[in-house]
Amino acid sequence: MSAVSRDGATGPRAASDLRGEQDPRAVPEGPSPSRGATVPASDRIFAGVSHGVLVIWALIVVLPLLWTVISSFKDSLGILADPFALPTTWHVENFARAWTTAGIGGYFLNTVIVVGGALVLVMLLGAMCAYVLARFSFPGRSIIYFALVAGLTFPLFLAIVPLFFILQSMSLLGTYTGLILSYVAFALPFTVFFLFAFFRQLPDEIGEAAAIDGAGDFRTFFQIMLPMAKPGMVSVAIFNFLGLWNQYLIPVVLNTDKDKYVLAQGLANMQAQQGYQTDWSGMFASVTITIIPVLIVYVIFQRQLQGGVGPSTSK
Amino acid sequence: MTAVPTSGAPADARAGAPRRPRGAGRRLTPGRVLFFALFLGLPLLVYVVFVVSPFAQAIYYSFTDWRGVSSHQEFIGLGNYRALLEDRTFHLALRNNLVLMIVLPVVVISLGFALATLVTIGGSSRGEIRGIRGANIYRVISFFPYVIPSVVIGILFAFIYAPGGGLLNGLLGLVGIESQIAWLGDPRFAMAAVVLAVVWNMVGFYMVLFVAAIKAVPSEVIEAARLDGAGRLRLAVQVVLPIIKDNVSTAMTYMGIMALDMFVFINVMTPGGGTSKSTEVVARYLYETAFQKSDFGRASAMGVVLAVITLMMAILVQVVTRKKEDA
Repeated sequence: MSAVSRDGATGPRAASDLRGEQDPRAVPEGPSPSRGATVPASDRIFAGVSHGVLVIWALIVVLPLLWTVISSFKDSLGILADPFALPTTWHVENFARAWTTAGIGGYFLNTVIVVGGALVLVMLLGAMCAYVLARFSFPGRSIIYFALVAGLTFPLFLAIVPLFFILQSMSLLGTYTGLILSYVAFALPFTVFFLFAFFRQLPDEIGEAAAIDGAGDFRTFFQIMLPMAKPGMVSVAIFNFLGLWNQYLIPVVLNTDKDKYVLAQGLANMQAQQGYQTDWSGMFASVTITIIPVLIVYVIFQRQLQGGVGPSTSK
Repeated sequence: MTAVPTSGAPADARAGAPRRPRGAGRRLTPGRVLFFALFLGLPLLVYVVFVVSPFAQAIYYSFTDWRGVSSHQEFIGLGNYRALLEDRTFHLALRNNLVLMIVLPVVVISLGFALATLVTIGGSSRGEIRGIRGANIYRVISFFPYVIPSVVIGILFAFIYAPGGGLLNGLLGLVGIESQIAWLGDPRFAMAAVVLAVVWNMVGFYMVLFVAAIKAVPSEVIEAARLDGAGRLRLAVQVVLPIIKDNVSTAMTYMGIMALDMFVFINVMTPGGGTSKSTEVVARYLYETAFQKSDFGRASAMGVVLAVITLMMAILVQVVTRKKEDA
């Protein structure tokens, strides 16, 4: 599985469909007023059943999350005694313990460094590469493009063993640099694939005008093309963020230094040791700390995400 | 002078100047060379070193008996592959992957499509597709699990399935079934429990994907089907489904790829591959073989086998959907 293959289900058009325009049908709520009076009974029954099923599904999604958040305020005994009871006293100190003693704070910082660094780098390199491939023609261009896009289909687990030794030979095992470079390399195909389609659609006249004004290649890219591609960059960056934040196999194999563990790794490690320590409440608090930032990011970028996987694969 | 090249056809139209980028002006200036070296060379260097070369090496290693310690490695041809033929754990792992490859896409995509249908054509039976009231809220909630890292989902569900104090046994207790089942520790339930966690994780993503696809179906088509007296079920299965077939086949492929991996979920929820290897999968066994037993040659061979199966699955899905198109 490639670094971002969870996101691979989106198609070439997603980025272009994301420039903020709202499909008039995108909010299909409520019947139109003129029809309100004449809704057939069968419609109302069907709508009722639909709501029933959808509410059940929504509960299935929400309940485990709610349960986790509430449990993170209990003490370990309280969690074991009755999974449904509200906390008798709200143990906020669970979070402090998770953050410092369990080391979630450190893992969090490592994740921010690695994911942040990789995200900036992959967006920059990906945009550069996609720009050249999309807007210049030169021999070998198609071959390079297809070689890059083929990377979307490479299963990560096949590459992981040699990758370990490559990083070892470069003395990059267990370093931020090694991890960031690996993240960047495996997120590159997805990034180039989407931004390529995006740069293609920018009108030619802009570049021509820039050239007449005497802008060189570098200035044209950084001051004109890149700002114009911003909507596409934002949606690709969101999906890259999710993909990188979700990474597990790469850090587990390549990030051998315990002080540099990322969140996913640190949490899995805590979970593996649960059998001996059984600090349930600390564990619940750690999970809650991990979920909350994604929840906030999700609520903020919710529209881009929904649109991003939207018109995607339809041709 | 044409400035920055057009977004025209990939093939170089100007046969007379094949070496020159189209917007290059008259000649390749040093600035242009630097531009290309940086913009194309740098990303490609990273890609070749960290992606292309490991894949090439993995295929080579699979034909050697390399154990990682020294530079000593012997070319042993198909030796690793022959050993895999007799490796019972590998068989178990592969069988589990193949079962998952069927079960996961079918369950996730049917459920995703059903929910997408309810949200979109659950509304009025007249006029264009008009979603159900509150469609957006359902979509936003359903999609959320997709943004949670798989590791966290694994841990979360390990809590849910815990024998004492877990949510599942607690819920069963509410309806009068007192159970102390360790869902992940019991070989009878472990795999199903893992599957449910993945379903919880992925259904919302495909639901949103299908909602968008269904909305793109021309309203005349829906209208015509309704005039012909098609009910909602027939509308969904016989009219909408064939139209969004491309989306479904892409979704099948990606769920299949995920089912053939599953390292994260298995490793977190059932460390070591579960009680009596009931949830062992190839990716986890590969990891153990490489990094705990240091048998890198054999681990690479497993990777190659799995990669070939992944490729075959992807091709098969394409072929099957094409065939339906002809029929």
